[in-house]
Amino acid sequence: MKQYSDLEYLRLSKGQKFTYKLGSFFAAIPRGIGHFFANIGKYIKNGVMGVGRELGDIGSTFVHGDWKTKTSFVVMGFGNLARGQILRGLLFLLFEAVFIIYMIFGGAHWLSMLPSLGKVGPSSEYNAILDTYTTVYNDNSFKILLYGVLTIFFIIAFIYTWRVNVKQNKIAEQILKSGKKLKADKDDLRSMVDENFHATLLALPMTGILVFTVLPIVFMILVAFTNYDGSHNGYSNNLFTWVGLNNFNTMLSWTGGTGGGQSYSATFGEILAWTLIWAFLATFTNYFLGMGVAMMINKKGIHLKKVWRTILVMTIAIPQFISLLYVSKMFARNGLINLSLMDLGWIKQPLPFWEDATWARVTVVLINIWIGIPHLMLITTGILMNIPADLYESARIDGANAWQQYRKITLPYMLFITGPYLLTSFTGNMNNFNVIYLLTGGAPTNPAASGAAGSVGYTDLLITWLFKITTGADSQYYLASVVGIMVFVVVAFISLVVYNVLPSIKNEEDYQ
Amino acid sequence: MNNKHHMGLRTLNRVSNTAIYILLIVISIIWLIPFIFIVLQSFRVESTYQVGYVIPHQWGWQNYINLWNSDFKRWYLNTFIIALAAAVLVTVIQLCMSYTLSRFRFKLRGPLMRFMLILGMFPGMLTMIILYRVLSDLGLTQANAVPGLILVSVASSGMGYYVSKGFFDTIPKSLDEAARVDGATRAQVLYKIILPLSKPIVIYTILTAFMGPWGDYVFARYVAMGTSAGYNVAVGMYSWLTNDQIARMYTTFCAGGVIVAVPVTILFLCLQKYYVEGVTGGAVKG
Repeated sequence: MKQYSDLEYLRLSKGQKFTYKLGSFFAAIPRGIGHFFANIGKYIKNGVMGVGRELGDIGSTFVHGDWKTKTSFVVMGFGNLARGQILRGLLFLLFEAVFIIYMIFGGAHWLSMLPSLGKVGPSSEYNAILDTYTTVYNDNSFKILLYGVLTIFFIIAFIYTWRVNVKQNKIAEQILKSGKKLKADKDDLRSMVDENFHATLLALPMTGILVFTVLPIVFMILVAFTNYDGSHNGYSNNLFTWVGLNNFNTMLSWTGGTGGGQSYSATFGEILAWTLIWAFLATFTNYFLGMGVAMMINKKGIHLKKVWRTILVMTIAIPQFISLLYVSKMFARNGLINLSLMDLGWIKQPLPFWEDATWARVTVVLINIWIGIPHLMLITTGILMNIPADLYESARIDGANAWQQYRKITLPYMLFITGPYLLTSFTGNMNNFNVIYLLTGGAPTNPAASGAAGSVGYTDLLITWLFKITTGADSQYYLASVVGIMVFVVVAFISLVVYNVLPSIKNEEDYQ
Repeated sequence: MNNKHHMGLRTLNRVSNTAIYILLIVISIIWLIPFIFIVLQSFRVESTYQVGYVIPHQWGWQNYINLWNSDFKRWYLNTFIIALAAAVLVTVIQLCMSYTLSRFRFKLRGPLMRFMLILGMFPGMLTMIILYRVLSDLGLTQANAVPGLILVSVASSGMGYYVSKGFFDTIPKSLDEAARVDGATRAQVLYKIILPLSKPIVIYTILTAFMGPWGDYVFARYVAMGTSAGYNVAVGMYSWLTNDQIARMYTTFCAGGVIVAVPVTILFLCLQKYYVEGVTGGAVKG
């Protein structure tokens, strides 16, 4: 694609400018992807070199260190203890003790079972006392996978701590050699509320995220490579085991499925397409209409601004499940709208709000506008008021009408400031479980996709499909997990592209 | 000529203002009508299913009495406990997180924020399956769902630090630096300087954390798994609108909706100022 200089660009006509901009947007995508892979390459190179450096440093610390340092390679914290840093030394020692005890009494077992995810399933055994057969539960694949991952986390943490321990010895030796004093325990405690205050503050939130988000996500990614489902729950019926890429093959297969006759990849493609269309419509209808409402309320000469705003804001407060469920029933076949329209004689048959695919999709988008506008009105109101008034003043003097002012001042300003918000809102809408599930539950059912897990419907997003798979008859967790990974890939791809194109995200510090 | 031009502008302005007023009135009606309908239908006595009119033929408290006699009390209490606990714990965790990421420049800050951004791209629902199994091993599901739900909703709340970080970013750093020069520790800077200035965002965080559990459906349903004693209001009331229940429970649902929405809405309107500040100040920066 031809690159224009600034001057050449200004000489272009409106249409040419537009095509140029559009072209450069798409031209930036391959470049962005290229950058991404180049970055990955760079990271790998840096990583390998970093590991080499670390190993070299560890080696030289051992060779040049004194006996306290050398002992610390085996007994963590020994150097600290010997040099009078009792608190640090005890913590290191305690961590090592806990690690060794854990590995002996559990960790090693879980780790050794991880490659097979359990060998002996539940079995029926003869019980001589009761004179019947009773079920004996043996290995538990779920626990093996969970604790196996946990053990790997623990080992990584141990290696890191051990490395810190070695480094501290090296630094302590250097400090002592230069004749300075080491930090006392008192200083260490003080630093927790001072220079290391960030670590104190982050300890609790990060532990929570690690245990309740990172660990489960790693676990679920691994589940995508197993056959974990309702009939292989890993404990009371059958064990589950590794199946490699089978589940991905199923999801991406082109051959027809059973029943509905549509292949998995076609079903997946349909749902993905609707998810993207939905996210686009939901984001931009709300954005522009919300901005419109905000501008109407903001307009000079409009009274009772506070009243209008309060009416809209009030609807944010009402829990979504009430409003969504109520509205969903209002549009139902025998709901308020259909019944009253029939009573009035305006229609003979109930309107198929939730029974027809197109009707359902349009209705969902419309109701989402009803849900979303108050929020957007609030967000845009603040920004609209921040646009410098003299911009409009000079535009008026130059004879610009309201539409021109909007096109040339308001919209560019808004898009610039709210760029990041639009992105998060788009990805948020892709995963907007509540609106879809509470309104339609995914209905109407898509008969062509009946071969796929979790009774797919025309308004199903990937996220509601995921939920339906896990709660469906066979609970095919492995497929749910494949869908989850796909959602991640799509969201990450979109974010990456947009981040590389948007100007307002690049520099965080500019904002402050 | 000039005068006529002005006259034209003024009429034009008046016409557009009138149009805006009409639009705003229509919008207000559209936005409020479902809620007015819920209130009206919650007082309908003559039938319990959906009908084609809005104003009850026969008014009464029957639906509220039904509500009192159902499991609704338990669901309400469950939700209230979860909301209260979340309001306290989520606020502490989110503010710790956002303050740290806004104010401190430490080595792992950038990687940490990028890591959480990537983590946030995974659908949170994916974690449900495993968290359910773990909670059920701990005995925190079904009838004991409340502590389990509190644990789960609090534990990962650090991920939602964006809004309050945006707020902390707007407090000038020179304040911290001045206090540091005077010998305050970083903890003292937080307690003595930043917190007093952060009332809006603290209230905003408490408010959103408190309101969240009232609408929480997916995970609550997963954890309670069919045991009514562990339901929250959303899960419980959803079960009233299933095909076999709706004819009997529709008006009771409306009454329940009123009981749930009124206190939350009043609280919200009282603290509206802070909510608006939080949304407009922090949300956009991301």
